[in-house]
Amino acid sequence: MSVNADQVRHVARLARLALGNDEIDRMVPELNNILGWVEQLGEVDTDGVEPLTAVIENHLRLRDDVVNDGNVRDDILENAPDAQHGFFAVPKVIE
Amino acid sequence: MSELTLKTITELREGFRGGDFSAREIAEAFNAAVVAGRQLNAYTVETPELALEAADAADRDRTTNSLKPLSGIPLGIKDLFATVGVDSTSGSNILKGFKPTYESTVSGNLKAAGAGMLGKLNMDEFAMGSSNETSAYGPVMSPWKRNDGGNAALTPGGSSGGSAAAVSAGLAPGVTGTDTGGSIRQPAAFTGISGIKPTYGRCSRWGIVAFASSLDQAGPMARTVRDCAIMLEAMAGFDPKDATSLNLPVPQWEAGLTTDLRGKKVGIPKEYRIDGVPDEINAIWDQGIEWLKDAGAEVVQISLPHTKYALPTYYIIAPAEASSNLARYDGVRYGLRDTPEGGNLDAMYAATRAAGFGAEVKRRIMIGTYVLSAGFYDAYFTKAQKVRTLIKRDFAEAFKQCDLILTPTAPSAAFGLNEKMADPLAMYLNDVFAVPASLAGLPAMSVPGGLDSQGLPLGIHLIGRELDEQGVLNAGLAIEERAGFTHRPKRWW
Repeated sequence: MSVNADQVRHVARLARLALGNDEIDRMVPELNNILGWVEQLGEVDTDGVEPLTAVIENHLRLRDDVVNDGNVRDDILENAPDAQHGFFAVPKVIE
Repeated sequence: MSELTLKTITELREGFRGGDFSAREIAEAFNAAVVAGRQLNAYTVETPELALEAADAADRDRTTNSLKPLSGIPLGIKDLFATVGVDSTSGSNILKGFKPTYESTVSGNLKAAGAGMLGKLNMDEFAMGSSNETSAYGPVMSPWKRNDGGNAALTPGGSSGGSAAAVSAGLAPGVTGTDTGGSIRQPAAFTGISGIKPTYGRCSRWGIVAFASSLDQAGPMARTVRDCAIMLEAMAGFDPKDATSLNLPVPQWEAGLTTDLRGKKVGIPKEYRIDGVPDEINAIWDQGIEWLKDAGAEVVQISLPHTKYALPTYYIIAPAEASSNLARYDGVRYGLRDTPEGGNLDAMYAATRAAGFGAEVKRRIMIGTYVLSAGFYDAYFTKAQKVRTLIKRDFAEAFKQCDLILTPTAPSAAFGLNEKMADPLAMYLNDVFAVPASLAGLPAMSVPGGLDSQGLPLGIHLIGRELDEQGVLNAGLAIEERAGFTHRPKRWW
């Protein structure tokens, strides 16, 4: 499988990356080069092989079922580019 | 430079405890070395006041006989670790100015053990790179030069390039690194120091900026194997804040060190003899085999049949996880925000990310997004996870015949800056020997073996069974004793 400029533009849109046309054009061969290389995995017979989910056997723990907002609102907002009235502020989303 | 900056953590601990020098003297010596070493670009932030503060506490604790394991030892911390009140930017413009209000578990553990912090260490952006050249702060210079009379600037390796350069140049006696696909071991090899990536889950990932969560592990880098054992003991431990943290006691690795390898079997994987690798790399590998035999180990030939598929597997899984992890950098909660004139929220996301991420990070986000996208997920991501199962199974089979695996760390000595930046695949191939152990979550270590004909360090790589850091450290120490590697880069900075 290889990708063309339109597909790269689509992926950039999915990834929320504003890429210019020249960046897209540069990426097409780069991505195809990498994708072509990883496709050698097609040679490996993986019939009946389970995909790996946990690299080291571990049991997922349960925490106590209690509501806890951490009480760290100001810490969380500390590094926000724009915080107002105890919230993250963003450009208007409703016209 | 002060004699103190030439000492190992072990020697500093001994001298400080014995009253030969104070913790303040140690901190002042390293603070001065950090300033004198600015040309190397190893540190992104210097925190001399924090080093002194911890030193003064250590000196006080010495008078009251309440010393902690790392009292008096100043360390460098890779910029990937969140450190409270100190810029933590992961080598990226998108996190410029980010000052965490919390401390990563691992750096917090080191501080609780009495260690001071000299500063934050330069690295490849979000740990994506093998040469430290993708950093928004510019590349780190290796303190090493070739002996050909030229003055070519060399890479210290990556992604923990600042960490490696700092230890090698005496700008810190020990440092933290992180390893996703070789980022502790390859830079350790390139700069003639030691570094260990423990079993996945030994060190908490909490507060370490996530790159590929199923692979990321923190570990120490230092001048000696014993120093690594001392640091790892302080760094490791169960943390309820990391869902993959292993709830196991931390072994006393330092006390358990021995170089008597009688009864141990060391496996040599035939698939690691690959075409195009310089003879000197194979020669240092063969030398390592002889040293382990001399320490009493028995050497057996083993096979890890899926070795050649490890890198392509990694370059699906790591970018896939990265594209997901890096979705959080959207200009809302921290770091950079770029809002185009009249742009909506979506335009802000896309502009912020385009402005904040460098080329390699964008490339990996694109690859990761593509392999996870509708219609391609099974062909790429699920396939890679299946091959990862086979790679893990290869190791499980091999460890039925041996206790440890010995290989070279990297397929070359340090290369020059700009030598591989134009060709991502050539850069990726640098981690060919390091990546399989990462995919299997196994403890692995690089120790210096010797110098090549150009006078550059070469590393020897040991891989152990899961949770057998002790076996890896012991074999590393056996090599260290026999290699007698005391070379230091000649000071030019």
